Amino acid sequence: MLSKGLKRKREEEEEEKEALTVDAWWLDPSLPAVAQAPPAVASNSLFDLSVLKLHHSLRQSEPDLRHLVLVVNTLRRIQASMAPTAALPPVPNPPAAPNVADNLLASSDAALSASMASLLEDLSHIEGLSQAPQPLADEGPPGRPIGGAPPSLGALDLLGPATGCLLDDGLEGLFEDIDTSMYDSELWAPASEGLKPGPEDGPGKEEAPELDEAELDYLMDVLVGTQALERSPGPGR
Amino acid sequence: MELEGLVRRPCPGLRGLARGSRTAAVSLVNAGVQPAAVSCLFPLPADIISTVEFNHTGELLATGDKGGRVVIFQREPESKNAPQSQGEYDVYSTFQSHEPEFDYLKSLEIEEKINKIKWLPQQNAARALLSANDKTIKLWKITERDKRPEGYNLKDEEGKLKDLSTVTSLQVPVLKPMDLMVEVSPRRIFANGHTYHINSISVNSDCETYMSADDLRINLWHLAITDRSFNIVDIKPANMEDLTEVITASEFHPHHCNLFVYSSSKGSLRLCDMRAAALCDKHSKLFEEPEDPSNRSFFSEIISSVSDVKFSHSGRYMLTRDYLTVKVWDLNMEARPIETYQVHDYLRSKLCSLYENDCIFDKFECAWNGSDSVIMTGAYNNFFRMFDRNTKRDVTLEASRESSKPRAVLKPRRVCVGGKRRRDDISVDSLDFTKKILHTAWHPAENIIAIAATNNLYIFQDKVNSDMH
Repeated sequence: MLSKGLKRKREEEEEEKEALTVDAWWLDPSLPAVAQAPPAVASNSLFDLSVLKLHHSLRQSEPDLRHLVLVVNTLRRIQASMAPTAALPPVPNPPAAPNVADNLLASSDAALSASMASLLEDLSHIEGLSQAPQPLADEGPPGRPIGGAPPSLGALDLLGPATGCLLDDGLEGLFEDIDTSMYDSELWAPASEGLKPGPEDGPGKEEAPELDEAELDYLMDVLVGTQALERSPGPGR
Repeated sequence: MELEGLVRRPCPGLRGLARGSRTAAVSLVNAGVQPAAVSCLFPLPADIISTVEFNHTGELLATGDKGGRVVIFQREPESKNAPQSQGEYDVYSTFQSHEPEFDYLKSLEIEEKINKIKWLPQQNAARALLSANDKTIKLWKITERDKRPEGYNLKDEEGKLKDLSTVTSLQVPVLKPMDLMVEVSPRRIFANGHTYHINSISVNSDCETYMSADDLRINLWHLAITDRSFNIVDIKPANMEDLTEVITASEFHPHHCNLFVYSSSKGSLRLCDMRAAALCDKHSKLFEEPEDPSNRSFFSEIISSVSDVKFSHSGRYMLTRDYLTVKVWDLNMEARPIETYQVHDYLRSKLCSLYENDCIFDKFECAWNGSDSVIMTGAYNNFFRMFDRNTKRDVTLEASRESSKPRAVLKPRRVCVGGKRRRDDISVDSLDFTKKILHTAWHPAENIIAIAATNNLYIFQDKVNSDMH
């Protein structure tokens, strides 16, 4: 049987049943999509399944990038096919069905935008990007506005102005003494993009965004201590 | 070709001790394995084999597992007394290559699972291999010791210093034979080179450098230098939201030290020339087959994702594995593969279910035989497939305890998709998708293959005593 031997939740089993029926109609080009179960509903189960997979993948401590990318691309394909444009064939069904379909699509578009935005935001946290993730602008309605700056930006803002008075060369000098060369997060993506990040990249630029307050305090102490040292004139001067 | 079983690596409890080597014994104890006492009923997750690799002569076979261990098998020299019995593979050495690590800055646990092992070409009496987990590559030196000096003047047999007053004459220490001891030591640790998960390593034909590839980058290392590496491919987009493609496998050309290939999740292959630029983001050749419109589905991209790429021994061709097929590409033709073989096309109508249970993301490897005339890859239900490029014949075989007693000849299997069903056929719906053969290896010269089936290793050889096709 097509089973991984794992206990499956009921919703997943129901999805599988739906998914198996999906198998038949949409792979067969000769059958008009509309003659079978309403296409929006069938695709919707595949869509839901994909969103579920995306959520699951992103919830991993270190997501499998290949799995993630493939699921996202598949989701995009599904979503593109569900768009209420010329993609769907004309529906001779009773009017109730198209309304239901439209509602589903509308809500799924909004849901998709919201899911994708939040999920990609999560991904950018993992990868350490500070850029506010744009919702997929070409898909569906504008979606919800991103709730403020991502927490990672917040953390960095905390560091920036507070330490501005201590530093001569701005935020980049903040991390001079911390060797985070192995952590390749592009927090300063626009500024630093001229340089290809590599394992031997300068230690100055990277920092993991997931700093909690304790770590921030520690960092501040280290920096204040370091700055104090740097301010005193060296022997050669 | 008829295949018979040579040896089967037993379950953890029955693995047995490596010959000699204190290192190996310690590592077994540390791994919590009780030698020869426990009979296993369930495959322990830590013992799932994650990579299999013959060395350049085929004398040694290395396996890596999910628990970070490496087990090396050595082929016994053929006995003159029984010329029919080919050399069998016995355990030569076992050691703990990688340990689980914790990345404190990112609060992530780094798995100790060995993703890849590659042997270095042998340059002296010692042997060496590279083993890689998700983040770190290690160079292990394997040496044999079969003699030891005896007759020291200042030390006694146990190594304790002698009382000098008892020493009345001088003697020259002599080397006496001893039981063979295999010693393994880590000579280099190549760490901190990868942000993402390492999926491939490949030793260059120059025997000085090697490359390691993760999802987004490929690094070039010198075997003797661990504190720096050169980034030669970087496909990370400026904005991670724009990420649509990852690197899935890569390999150096077997003869041209400047050429390498890498495959992507979109099914393309890029051949790069390191002479062209320091950063080989721009490929020299792009191998891509246009999508077949009659087979389009939502899963087209997933099933086109290349899970393994291997150059032929000749260097003229490349072999790729995607979810349903293996393809042979000619380096001189970028437009399409020259040969395509269906591994399990009966799964094409089941893609949705395979997507639901994540089997569609399984990464199968592929292998050439020594003469590049036969290709092999694994499938589900512990089946593996072999395709003869010349005769265009193919065969499905099964690696399982029931069907392969030692010396028993393997029987070809058949999967039926409805229609006429023969007696021993398996129906598609009764395939066991938890039994996947992801890792296979072919001896570089002879018809001997190594098949990893979850936590068991099967070694099969051609019954007829012949070398290559």
